[in-house]
Amino acid sequence: MAKIPQDLHYTKDHEWIKIVDGMGVMGISDYAQHAMGDVVYVELPDVGRKAKAGEDFIVVESVKGANDVFCPVSGTVAEVNEDLDGAPELLNQDPYSNWLVKMEVDNPSDVDKLLDAAAYAKLVEELEAEES
Amino acid sequence: MNRYIPVTAEDRRRMLGVIGAASVDDLFSGIPVQVRQKKASDLPKALSEPEMLRDLRALSGKNLNADDAICFLGAGVYDHFIPSAVDSIVSRGEFTTSYTPYQPEVAQGTLQAIFQYQTMVCELTGMEISNASMYDGASAAAEAAVLAASATKKRTVLCGRNVHPQTRQTVRTYCWSRRLEYAELPAENGRIDRAALAKALEGGDAAALIVQSPNFFGNLENLQELGDAVHEAKGLFIVSSDLLALGTLEAPGKLGADIVVGDGQTAGNPMNFGGPAFGFIAVNKPLMRKMPGRICGQTTDSQGRRTFVLTLQAREQHIRREKATSNICSNQNLCIVAASVYLSLMGPQGLRDIGGQILAKSAYAVEQLEKTGKFRRAFPGVPSFRETALLCEEPVDKLNARLLQQGILGGYSLEAEYPRLKNGWLLAVTESRTKEEIDRLVAVAGGDAR
Repeated sequence: MAKIPQDLHYTKDHEWIKIVDGMGVMGISDYAQHAMGDVVYVELPDVGRKAKAGEDFIVVESVKGANDVFCPVSGTVAEVNEDLDGAPELLNQDPYSNWLVKMEVDNPSDVDKLLDAAAYAKLVEELEAEES
Repeated sequence: MNRYIPVTAEDRRRMLGVIGAASVDDLFSGIPVQVRQKKASDLPKALSEPEMLRDLRALSGKNLNADDAICFLGAGVYDHFIPSAVDSIVSRGEFTTSYTPYQPEVAQGTLQAIFQYQTMVCELTGMEISNASMYDGASAAAEAAVLAASATKKRTVLCGRNVHPQTRQTVRTYCWSRRLEYAELPAENGRIDRAALAKALEGGDAAALIVQSPNFFGNLENLQELGDAVHEAKGLFIVSSDLLALGTLEAPGKLGADIVVGDGQTAGNPMNFGGPAFGFIAVNKPLMRKMPGRICGQTTDSQGRRTFVLTLQAREQHIRREKATSNICSNQNLCIVAASVYLSLMGPQGLRDIGGQILAKSAYAVEQLEKTGKFRRAFPGVPSFRETALLCEEPVDKLNARLLQQGILGGYSLEAEYPRLKNGWLLAVTESRTKEEIDRLVAVAGGDAR
């Protein structure tokens, strides 16, 4: 069973986001990293890039293929996790402490439209049931 | 001919029977009568095989080739010597495919040949990573321009007017299709006009500058200076060259190039009426994941043996679909195997020797032609390699016609493409030309025009 921390919001495409001091911190879920397999490269956006909810703005490349990561809520990229440049495997080790980007979210209440941990857990449970 | 067609009349009858068509005509009855060809094409009547061979030989005998004529024509495709071993190795069945490997890892020998080719391209260009090749030098330059625009997120591509005209046309077409701005820089004494470049770089919109060296006139550009200028404006520096010349000239990677491209014909590929040959492209690590085409890598298998794979395929369109860095997903494999055999046979010293011969023979030819008083250099004082732009006393068409009567293919006429170079004649002198051949050229070209 994939790890699903209680204090995060999730998308159906397996991104997570959390608002910390008004700033959105986002990454990919444990289910996502597991499905992708060994991550070999992360193509992060430029700081200052504006992205709309649902827009692909990050590429996570694994041994299985290149995966688009979608923006969970609209906003502007404020910071990218440069640690991933030299050590993309961090995403496999812990996809929650190793965030991808921090963003200035246009509308912090947008996260409430996303899945909460319980709803996301249900989705993952269904997916895992299909796979087994 | 029927014996060469595997499907017999009986086979056809059975196939038509299965689908319920009475005849072949019945099969095509769905095509409206008004768009059908009424009678067969107007072809001459069938020949027997000996008759056909005789006809085709007579036709091909009308061609003039560089084995029978003395070739001083270049302008992008050159009469360099190719050792017989190149053809002999390339003709092996294991290598004979025009295609990139599509089930690559089963063809370890092919991948090893690509890997060696890439290694040699890196050494000659002074870059870190080469791909498995492009279609030709022109499309390699165009892909480099697109890559630069994507990497810099800027929209203007600058290109020297003295880059090969066909390369410029191709870059222009790619820019048009990607909605990039394309602008050409004039030349000053046969090299890129520095003042025009400085002006074009103002405003910082330039994604890249494309420079060719040796350029279309054979002149060597001052790469370091040009590279510094474009880097200052936060653009990328694309250098087009050729592999044989790079055996003698300093590697562009050591002179500030961000992307090195060019045509590979000069390395072990025959002139082939202008193609096919191949293009090369090489970059450094920061642009690695944006580079188009296939890349072969070296690794170890589960038993620790040295082995080769296609790597970084996530850039390619069979994985990334419409988000791929390029729609180029192929390479010119047979041509690059020829290049890697050629380069291995020559080695670094061999390439330098060839370069030395080219420089010495070009200098001799130009000096002798100048002595006749009928020729002068179009760009005095500018160093060149293999080709020299000369201005002739008489129109180039007349000059070349006189030469052809004596079995000599004269230089390329520059005037149509560069109207200011009236009677401009681009003379190519490769290592294959002998002193006797050059003397004959000078005697005819310098003789009285009839």
